[in-house]
Amino acid sequence: MTKPRVAIFDFACCEGCQLQIVNLEEDILKLIDVVDVVEWREAMSEQSHEYDIAIIEGSITREEDEHRLEIIRSRAKILIALGACAVIGGVNKMKNNFDFNEVRQCVYGKDGQMQHLNTERTKAVDEVVQVDFKIPGCPINGAEFAQIIRSLLVGKKPFVPDYPVCVECKAKETICRYEYNQICLGPITRAGCGAPCPSAGWRCFGCRGMAENPNVDAAQEVMTLYGLTVDDLKQKMVLFNSK
Amino acid sequence: MNKDVNQITNAQAGKEGKVVVNVKSGKDINISVHHITRVEGHGNIVVNIKNGIIEKCQWQVPEAPRFFEAMVRGRRYDDIQTIVSRICGICSISHSLVATKAVEDALGLAVSEQTDLVRHLMHYSEQLQSHVLHVGYLVAPDLFGEKSVVSLVPKATQAVLKIVKAHRVANQMSALLAGRITHPITLTPGGMTRVPTEQELRDLKKTLEDVVPDLVDICKVVLSVAGNLPNFERPTEYVSLRQTNPPTYTFYHGTITSTDLNGQPDMPVNKWENVANEYMVAQSTAKWAKWHRNSYFAGALARFNNNGHLLSPLGKKVAEMFGLKKGCSNPYMNSVAQLAETAHVVEASLELIDKLLTRGTRFEPVQVRLRAGRGYAAIEAPRGILFHAYEFDKKGECTWGNCCIPTNQNHANIQADFEKLVPQFMHEGEDALRQKMEMLVRAYDPCISCSTHYLHVEFTR
Repeated sequence: MTKPRVAIFDFACCEGCQLQIVNLEEDILKLIDVVDVVEWREAMSEQSHEYDIAIIEGSITREEDEHRLEIIRSRAKILIALGACAVIGGVNKMKNNFDFNEVRQCVYGKDGQMQHLNTERTKAVDEVVQVDFKIPGCPINGAEFAQIIRSLLVGKKPFVPDYPVCVECKAKETICRYEYNQICLGPITRAGCGAPCPSAGWRCFGCRGMAENPNVDAAQEVMTLYGLTVDDLKQKMVLFNSK
Repeated sequence: MNKDVNQITNAQAGKEGKVVVNVKSGKDINISVHHITRVEGHGNIVVNIKNGIIEKCQWQVPEAPRFFEAMVRGRRYDDIQTIVSRICGICSISHSLVATKAVEDALGLAVSEQTDLVRHLMHYSEQLQSHVLHVGYLVAPDLFGEKSVVSLVPKATQAVLKIVKAHRVANQMSALLAGRITHPITLTPGGMTRVPTEQELRDLKKTLEDVVPDLVDICKVVLSVAGNLPNFERPTEYVSLRQTNPPTYTFYHGTITSTDLNGQPDMPVNKWENVANEYMVAQSTAKWAKWHRNSYFAGALARFNNNGHLLSPLGKKVAEMFGLKKGCSNPYMNSVAQLAETAHVVEASLELIDKLLTRGTRFEPVQVRLRAGRGYAAIEAPRGILFHAYEFDKKGECTWGNCCIPTNQNHANIQADFEKLVPQFMHEGEDALRQKMEMLVRAYDPCISCSTHYLHVEFTR
């Protein structure tokens, strides 16, 4: 059997999700045994136009990047969006809440008018091209990444949970963050991360995007119980879930 | 001659500078490295030499800007460290820490001794992780004549396994202290949301003690190919933090110092904008910086040149192994300075763990009283000094932010190095020259996506 050829590409992001692949440590050596990594700019000098699986990290913020992404899509059999920036736009979408000219002015001052600083509305990858699989999270969960790639290699449909983070907190017996007067996005956010933020003493920030089927009634109940409003929740969603 | 080259291009920085150098070389050279590999972020190298005349020699940064400073406006004081951590996946702990410190400065929050110790330890874990990643995964392939660590595996299996192990240990340490490997969770203005238990610290101590021999072996392997580091000197200004009370090889506290101060006092951290003096050029979406000269160097070599005498015993030993001495002006030696720091941070971490174990750890609730104000902070990220500043209104909402990333501070210095390097090595031909230029950029351990997502403020001197 020939090994599937994999290429990894990065757009606007912190490249922290690629780093989670490196962070598989000894396991990455096993992964490299079963796939042929033909391009990965952050880690290798090799480059190729021929690949079966393209992994896209980052969000799309410029016309030239949309064009580059379309070319990658046309060459790949399977395209995977990697991490919050690619899957939902992530923190980069906070920019969309502002006037773009004002944003450029704010960061670059009078130089903000320079042509090469032009950017457009931040988009998730699936707002530009068709995406076959999504690996959510900021950063991605390395174990989940390995599981998804393994599933693809054996022709199984990868599993990404559709229940909220609360389920994982309950399983870990983590005390609810609302008990500490924090506005936690656990009730509406897609699980699969293992709820590391609540177990480290912070609220869920919603980096994996909303669960497809969140228990809205239960979330409402929680909000009412702690004297909070839906607006309070929306305020917290700005970080990773801006439009 | 080289001085003229620098002057001409600096005057024309940003324009399509045509630099005429009278170097005898019959060959034309055209180098266009579009998106250099094995670095974080996107950078290009462009060199055109015709009939021995350098027509173009540029370090370009085309990374997509993300405008973090604009995006933090309107966010609450305790969301800032979570947002700006996303500037960089490799140095997310440094970004989160320096932001937390700047917010604490703005709100007038003091932190406990325990918080200070745990944060130091967390910061060391990132230095270790980042340095091992940089030297082991990104630089070593060049020294072995390989294209990546993947092709290095069959050639130096044992060495690669040791590098992977050291990287894993660093990440385990980050996970314990920051709650996760990348994008720390446990930092909050005023304190920590979680501190490690004493048992966890004892386990960490064992793990770190166990990795010391591996680090020494890694250094020996790198030393065996260190002859492939180019012989290139260009004196420049070296900028880093310095801590005198007590004298410490600092990554975390201190004032801003430089090899060009000539007896002048260090710059206090809240005046960092007077150090970076940022400006825009057309070849880059990231800002450039200068202090006493047209460019300066930030990073492990700057820290070593300013504070090298304060390294731990093993750190000093590693520096000696490679013949690294204070006053070094070979930018390629930055990777060696990183190796010395790798040994140093492990020894310094073991000391900190003992200190924490002696006093014991316990959860400390955080109390915050809001006030309007502006705060500044500086920290040494693995790749150099990192500055953040924020302003808040009385409700604790952010109204202004400004950050200056080490890679920004290095862009002008990389360009200046290119302008000396190209005439010096162009007789070796296109491939050798390209290789040296790529290795030079990698030596700076650039974080190009960070450097593009920030910066503000014009400062004129």
